[in-house]
Amino acid sequence: MSKYRTAYINARLIDPASGLDAPGGLMAEDGKIAGVGAGLFAGGAPEGVEIVDCGGKVLAPGLVDMRVQLRDPGHEHMEDIGSAGLAAAAGGVTTMVCLPNTDPVIDNVAVLEFVARRAREVKLAKIHCYAALTRGMEGAELTEFGLLGEAGAVAFTDAETAIADAKTMQRALSYASTFGHIIVQHPEEPALGGDGSMNSGEIASRLGLSGLPPIAEVIMIERDLRLVEATGGRWHAAHVSTVAGVEAMRQAKARGLKVTCDTAPHYFALNEVAVGDYRTFAKVRPPLRGEDDRQAIVEGLRDGTIDAIASDHSPHDQDSKRLPFAQAAFGIIGLETLLPLTLELYHNKHLPLADALALITSKPADLLGLKAGRLAKGAQADLVLIDPDRPWKIDEAAFRSKSKNSPFDGRPVQGYALRTVVDGRAIFTHGIEG
Amino acid sequence: MLLDLADTYAEQNRKPNKTLSLLQGRTVINLFFESSTRTRTSFELAGKRLGADVINMSVSTSSIKKGETLIDTAMTLNAMHTDVLVVRHSDSGAVKLLSEKVNCAVMNAGDGSHEHPTQALLDALTIRRRRGRLQGLTVAICGDVLHSRVARSNILLLHTMGARVRVIGPPTLLPSAIDRFGVEVFHDMREGLKDCDIVMMLRLQTERMQGRFVPSVREYFHFFGLDREKLSYARDDALVMHPGPMNRGVEIDSELADDLDRSVIREQVEMGVAVRMACIDLLTRDLVESES
Repeated sequence: MSKYRTAYINARLIDPASGLDAPGGLMAEDGKIAGVGAGLFAGGAPEGVEIVDCGGKVLAPGLVDMRVQLRDPGHEHMEDIGSAGLAAAAGGVTTMVCLPNTDPVIDNVAVLEFVARRAREVKLAKIHCYAALTRGMEGAELTEFGLLGEAGAVAFTDAETAIADAKTMQRALSYASTFGHIIVQHPEEPALGGDGSMNSGEIASRLGLSGLPPIAEVIMIERDLRLVEATGGRWHAAHVSTVAGVEAMRQAKARGLKVTCDTAPHYFALNEVAVGDYRTFAKVRPPLRGEDDRQAIVEGLRDGTIDAIASDHSPHDQDSKRLPFAQAAFGIIGLETLLPLTLELYHNKHLPLADALALITSKPADLLGLKAGRLAKGAQADLVLIDPDRPWKIDEAAFRSKSKNSPFDGRPVQGYALRTVVDGRAIFTHGIEG
Repeated sequence: MLLDLADTYAEQNRKPNKTLSLLQGRTVINLFFESSTRTRTSFELAGKRLGADVINMSVSTSSIKKGETLIDTAMTLNAMHTDVLVVRHSDSGAVKLLSEKVNCAVMNAGDGSHEHPTQALLDALTIRRRRGRLQGLTVAICGDVLHSRVARSNILLLHTMGARVRVIGPPTLLPSAIDRFGVEVFHDMREGLKDCDIVMMLRLQTERMQGRFVPSVREYFHFFGLDREKLSYARDDALVMHPGPMNRGVEIDSELADDLDRSVIREQVEMGVAVRMACIDLLTRDLVESES
């Protein structure tokens, strides 16, 4: 059988994990990286292989989006594994990790395997799953951590629902430590949030909307940190959004606790002002916060307190969003905007390019123990070719996602995926989509 | 200008023949997604006295999925060539959402805890008729500001007209960041009422009194209910107002509410019709301009 080989020549190679940032080339062979480096094609590109001339653009590991809602199975009219795969491909994402809040919930091996099988059939971005932490995500009985882990679940979480009960969290952390599994918390004390629909404060008060107070985040984080200390479990906070939340994580890390957290682009690219005159596309949970909070998220990304950026892709149809604000669904889509919004950190001079890319490649991959996010010999050839400077305007009409609920429509951004490659195979090429 | 026009309608309304033919042929629909007697009646009278055809629609929000009802109902009524839609809804921002979907004039008759503009206008008219001005007056808004659209609209309008605004209530019934509204905040009635020209009481919903926001009716009235003793801290000629319906003995002493020397509550109701006539009149003038 002849080998399927592609030579990427004339690239600016960036591998955040190893610190490589140099001109060079990469050879993909049978889905794996056969060679990568500055002098790889010094003697000219080999013959008989497909040649991709990168034109000096950035060749990086494909993006790893560590929190995506697929809506499949259950709500395929909002998104399905195929449409999410296309959106991911166009956004440079080669690995998605999906939340268990499907219908049925991913709380048993059968549903987990269904999603894995569909992903194999669709053959776009790779899909890993979180499994539910409690049965039916009802917050009471633990799922089969061990069996689900063997079947491929990467971590355990009740998605957008906080584990409110302290005893349940304590047992989950304690039991999961048997297998070394990570518990992912939606850090929000629900008794304080209640029926709120946007960040508490002046804007919510003026709009007459009940608030989701910032303090609900840090209270849950600090409670869980105590439980982590007591149990020795591994714990991760999803979408941190407040000054106090970031500070609590910073101090916990300084104390040596093995805890991690991520945030989503809307928490460093927007603040609560985006809600404006009841724009439901800016309704998300945790809510868009104040400007102080936004700046604290940027600082947390700069100093490494925040380990990763996830899109938090949450598709919702028009019927869920064209409602009075209090009734509208929470959530923002993000697969197709993760790359340019993360690159804003680079363009705004908060982070070097390689460090910004690390937050959406090697760091989330390492955090969840995924074999992804690296340009290294022997690694899977999951790649993205990026023009990091190219200006464009986000246009909801161009989204591949079935849902259009993005507050970023019309935003001028820089940075584009030119080609997305999974296992050596191009799943997206800018301008020549199939 | 709107208040001047409303003044003329207030006089007109005191005549035996109250009905004009200004809006003959126009259709006004009162679309109420939340129950109301006085506001709906006030709008109905306002429309009829201007000569318009007025239809009342009460839509139950519990029976059908709410949002669909809202937009679908609005589009349906719009298709019937309605000229003015008067809308009340229990969700903040719902009237704004609806106004984006129709091309007739839309009036906000109260949306959630957001705004109730005609109530603020009728309050301003009432004060101006009694005091001759709004500029420089000190107005205290007392009670459940947190859930009150009346309070929010009044703060906005009174500021615009040059009055000074205080809010008084327990912290559990004041919105977060209320100090950012440019008002003085008090948690003690006697302190807050000191030297006030106007005392506006707000309705406290019964379901909010049983331990969730305040411990009991008894305790609330003792500390925040308006009686003669607390009122004595305000100016001697201070006026007492209430948007209604009142909870007698909860936020206001019953006898005080009926004292015609101090309370202008009935006059507020009268001015309500006049202000709404002025609003409908002005809005339909805009319609005429856009049609020609």
